Amino acid sequence: MSNFFEKSDLTRREAENIVSDTLQKCDDGELYLENSKSESILLDDNKIKNSSYNSDLGFGFRAISDEVVAYSHSNEISKNSLKQSSESLKSTLKSVKGTYNHEIPKSNKKYYNNINPIEQKSLNEKIKILYEVNNYLRSKDDNIKQVTANFLGEQKSVEIIRSGGETLTDVRPLIRFNVSVMLEKNGRKETGVYGVGGRQSYDTYLKNDNWKSVCDEALRIASVNLESKPAPAGEMKVVLGPGWPAILIHEAVGHGLEGDFNRKKTSAFHNLMGQKVASEGVTIVDDGTIDNRRGSLTIDDEGTPTEKTVLIENGILKNFMQDRLNARLMKTKSTGSGRRENYRHIVLPRMRNTMMLSGNQTQDEMIKAVDKGIFAVSFGGGQVDITSGKFVFNCTEAYEIVNGKIGSPIKGATLIGDGPSILKEVSMVGNDMMMDPGIGTCGKAGQGVPVGVAQPSILINKMTVGGTKL
Amino acid sequence: MVKDQEFLEKKASYCLGLAKKLGVTESSVVVNNSVSETVNFRNKKLDESNRSDDLGIRITTYIGKKKSSISSSNLLDDNLNILIEKCVETTKNTPEDEFNSLPDKDLLAKEVKDLSLYDDTHIENDQKIDYLKKLESAASNDKKIINTESSFTQNKSNFILANTEGFCAGYKTSSFTASSVTVAKDEKSMERDYEYSSKCFFKDLDDAEELGKQAANQTIKKLNPKKIGSEKIAIIFDKRIAKGILNTFASAILSSAISRGTSFLKDKINQKIFSNKINVFDKPDILKGLGSRNFDSEGVKTDTLKLVEQGVLKHYLIDTYNGKKLNLKSNGRCGGTSNLFFENGTISLKDLLNLKSKSLYITETIGHGSNIVTGDYSVGATGFLVENGEFQYPINEITIAGNFKDMFQNITLANDLDFKYATNSPTMMIEGMVVAGK
Repeated sequence: MSNFFEKSDLTRREAENIVSDTLQKCDDGELYLENSKSESILLDDNKIKNSSYNSDLGFGFRAISDEVVAYSHSNEISKNSLKQSSESLKSTLKSVKGTYNHEIPKSNKKYYNNINPIEQKSLNEKIKILYEVNNYLRSKDDNIKQVTANFLGEQKSVEIIRSGGETLTDVRPLIRFNVSVMLEKNGRKETGVYGVGGRQSYDTYLKNDNWKSVCDEALRIASVNLESKPAPAGEMKVVLGPGWPAILIHEAVGHGLEGDFNRKKTSAFHNLMGQKVASEGVTIVDDGTIDNRRGSLTIDDEGTPTEKTVLIENGILKNFMQDRLNARLMKTKSTGSGRRENYRHIVLPRMRNTMMLSGNQTQDEMIKAVDKGIFAVSFGGGQVDITSGKFVFNCTEAYEIVNGKIGSPIKGATLIGDGPSILKEVSMVGNDMMMDPGIGTCGKAGQGVPVGVAQPSILINKMTVGGTKL
Repeated sequence: MVKDQEFLEKKASYCLGLAKKLGVTESSVVVNNSVSETVNFRNKKLDESNRSDDLGIRITTYIGKKKSSISSSNLLDDNLNILIEKCVETTKNTPEDEFNSLPDKDLLAKEVKDLSLYDDTHIENDQKIDYLKKLESAASNDKKIINTESSFTQNKSNFILANTEGFCAGYKTSSFTASSVTVAKDEKSMERDYEYSSKCFFKDLDDAEELGKQAANQTIKKLNPKKIGSEKIAIIFDKRIAKGILNTFASAILSSAISRGTSFLKDKINQKIFSNKINVFDKPDILKGLGSRNFDSEGVKTDTLKLVEQGVLKHYLIDTYNGKKLNLKSNGRCGGTSNLFFENGTISLKDLLNLKSKSLYITETIGHGSNIVTGDYSVGATGFLVENGEFQYPINEITIAGNFKDMFQNITLANDLDFKYATNSPTMMIEGMVVAGK
């Protein structure tokens, strides 16, 4: 745990006093302190291209009165700097007359251990594995023209000081290991990317030569793409594989169910609470409490313990995801979804691990039910327009389906759909729910936060596939 | 107040000195400070204020051909001592790479010209509030507008870049940015659009009312969209989308992508990759330019480059490391382009809209559908159907797709270039792309 006041002219007591003084008559707010250490080691083009280390320290001071948020952040944890921030907040909120809400739920549960993954493995060991990855892949296939592999490790310590001196802390480890390969055959180039990660040590994910399966998967995707033909264009049936394709859920409905967009009534879902928004059998939760997952959090960035929030139950819209601000204004409670990229940013309601739960059909049944369509197995990323509800995601591995059988691989294409109606087009839900491998980062308002997704195989009756073949 | 040159230089020379003491052969350091103040409005009321004061340092150390780097936001000497020791230790343990080095001394910038990038004007929060009140009042005039969110940001930055070859330079920059996002609603649909203005000097910023009106009009026009069928159709890209296509071109000619062999434009130097009349410039010394700079992020001097001449690719964007690898000299493009633009076309926007009896005018794309390795492009899009030069109705829930290799050869540009962003394009038509809809 970091001691934020150790090398500062500011004592903890003085900081608490400034916080309490500034937040008098505000409805909410806190001082958020953060110390993060991160590393990146990259092998590319047969060489260690980059070994870098970052240490980031700072605070963000927030005061909220009614709907208005005043925020100030700085890298300097000092008496002067905190006082300057306090003045900046006071000058925005000139006439406040609220009552500070001291209530914040407590929990003793922890969803990851207090470790520093960077220190748990020496630089030389990490470099050795990266070279092994390079040699392993290049010896496997003569068509390999490029291999990139990298380690990303982080330990982030946060401390939240609320008015009255209540303090909440969390130490969050996070790692990611990625492999990307490029194949070239007959003048054609294609890439394949795969990775694993979460809130445990590097070794948890890489032991027993597990890194080889990451390499194999990246190579497999690239090899499939090398044989791919142009994707079709137009509306058709789509079968999604289990796991990572759940970024469809994240984009299509997840963002639209975040509290801020619904309080402001700018989400296509804002007037649909309690209504049927998905086919029967479709249940979607957002869960911050799964041990060691990338999107899990012991407490959110406002200090609220995370939970498993049911968003859609058997097709009916049940809950939005809330931080404290939006929960108060919508007269409900925080779901522990208040997150920020780091101390430079304000808190927003965000997703954690967004999951569609299993049904009882098999993937095989779905494929057989399609005359003409596509089977999408892996995705790059997605995006949504919250207001119109239109969302996209990009296939990185997909196949055509012809008369109930999986056919040739097709080139990467964008799929587009309409969030509020797409889940009503889900006609089969598989029994094979899977988590993603721990690689997702979600962007919103310029802030990236680690998230997870999960889903079983699903059959969607109608989606537009953005290929080039008419 | 943003930290002055003296403070930043002191930190930089402290780091270079310490690294030398610890046995490195070369090193470079960049120290920066950025102070931003933002005020946000929502539905004509104050919604958020945000003040940020960011310090940062990045140190790269070399021992022979070994290299490593550290960065931090904590500039206290105690912390720098620990970090530089760690950096030197890591450097020793990092394998050699024959191409690692500081830039050649004769390529470093000799002078720092005044490019008018810093406006000392300080806009108090009350002035920002006045601007936003005017903006939001204009934006919410029409009853169809049900939500407005606008923001005003003033940013002042300063930096110093120094290395052991004796380079030490930096300068202040400023920006004033206003934006407005509006949501419009009718019985059948709800749509969102935006307008934006960013300038180095406050007095050049767009008029608040104009900006608000523009955002609202663009949003209302999108209401009640239709989906069209799948077909091959000429696509016209609004300037705000066309610039993205130019940026994709720039990432495909980065020396890193070329040396790694992961660009569809590898080995295309002196080949015709665009239609005949296309010229592309990267000009770093535009006064008040949003992408202007005196040198690149390694300190290498930057001259204007004519990247594409009559459709022919003339230069890659070269940094020191990848330049050495490709046996080419750095042209001062470490960190990418500066003010990148297509030279104006020869026909007016009106004539461009009339070029085909039917075309699709795209105002927004979503998704990350540009593949630099293969050149494949596929994104979600919204826009308008244009027939006989007239806007007919809004379109959404479609995708547009093609391959840049073909798309670049089929570009026609209008003559309406302006310099709203760092990368700019006139309105652009591309023929032969496929729309996927119904």
